[in-house]
Amino acid sequence: MAVGKEIRTKIGSIKNTQKITSAMEMVAASKMRKAQDRMEATKPYAERIRGVIGHLAMGHTEYKHPYIIEREVKRVGFIVVSSDRGLCGGLNTNLFKDALKSMQEWQEQEVEIDLCLVGSKAGAFFNRFGGNVVAKKSGLGDRPTVTDLIGTVKVMLDSFDEGRIDRLYLVHNEFVNTMTQQPKVLQMLPVEKQEEDELKHHWDYIYEPDAKELLDVLLVRYIESQVYQGVVDNIACEQASRMVAMKAATDNAGDIIDDLQLIYNKARQAAITQEISEIISGAAAV
Amino acid sequence: MYTFQLEIVSAENSIFSGAVASLVASGELGELGVSPGHAPLLTSLKPGTIKVTDREGNEEHFYVSGGMLEIQPHITTVLADTAARADDVDEAAAIAAKEAAEAAMADQNSEIEYSAAAAELAEAVAQLRTLQAIRKKVGK
Repeated sequence: MAVGKEIRTKIGSIKNTQKITSAMEMVAASKMRKAQDRMEATKPYAERIRGVIGHLAMGHTEYKHPYIIEREVKRVGFIVVSSDRGLCGGLNTNLFKDALKSMQEWQEQEVEIDLCLVGSKAGAFFNRFGGNVVAKKSGLGDRPTVTDLIGTVKVMLDSFDEGRIDRLYLVHNEFVNTMTQQPKVLQMLPVEKQEEDELKHHWDYIYEPDAKELLDVLLVRYIESQVYQGVVDNIACEQASRMVAMKAATDNAGDIIDDLQLIYNKARQAAITQEISEIISGAAAV
Repeated sequence: MYTFQLEIVSAENSIFSGAVASLVASGELGELGVSPGHAPLLTSLKPGTIKVTDREGNEEHFYVSGGMLEIQPHITTVLADTAARADDVDEAAAIAAKEAAEAAMADQNSEIEYSAAAAELAEAVAQLRTLQAIRKKVGK
């Protein structure tokens, strides 16, 4: 019977789409778990290094590292971390919205902005939107290494050293749980002091070679590890968000298939009814 | 045998955590060994192996490509670099990141040029069409 040929093709094509979205959902779920593990693995380093810096800074109040001193803000730098690929719901859009909001606050104070973009979605967005992009990195994949990020971070640190920017922010998505990802704007430079560090036991290290040099290296490592953490966090967010988006897509495809199936059945039934009534009226006429 | 807590962590993962009897590492100013009760010390590390001996005398070796060694009264931490660090390598990475940004900016320009050219072309086509229309009328 030739009834509802179009409807049947439509159902078939939606079924194919559904297969793809449900496969993507499963892939994202397994990648998310791995990304979460990696996210956990970065935490001890950041905690340790923060502890050492806190200790150093407290023991050497006479030496103020440029990364700790607040200065008048004429220009700020933003490192914006986005995903490389789309199909992950409103993740990147929400992030850019937050980034633009905090950029606007600075622009109202007539402060200029330098951008450093990680991930190709940020690149595409700010290409359209405009902005002074000084560094860019994309194609990090699921398993970024610190090596991948050294260059981009160094561009920003150099311009801070040379006084071209007076403040540095990191914008990334924070992984709260599978359903919630929170865009976050974090001040990186100058490094904000943490007051709750334990002041009780007073002992000082022996420094080899020199407290100043060590603090220099430590602060750079600290910034790098924070950016790295932001990137790893963002990857976990990307996968979680994609998983949720693909689940919704699969569910929606199921709804559409149900609706179409109903329409198809009705059409078929109508055709059968019509045929029967034709036969009956034909028989009655004879 | 006395032991102390040792943690070797890198930015990417936690490499070692446990009680050890001694530790030998290559610091910036030379090799150094750490036993329980060592004075608090902070030093940078050169690329090299870290030799760890546990309570039973088993040795374990870890390679680090630089980093920091921090000794506190009860806990010792190695903040290991996973990446090989050298100023010129870092510099090259920074230049690459800058160039990527500049290339993107250049692309943007070419995109603008392209749309400008497309607009001009559309205008020219429109003019041509008008001309042809007029010519047809005159020809009639």
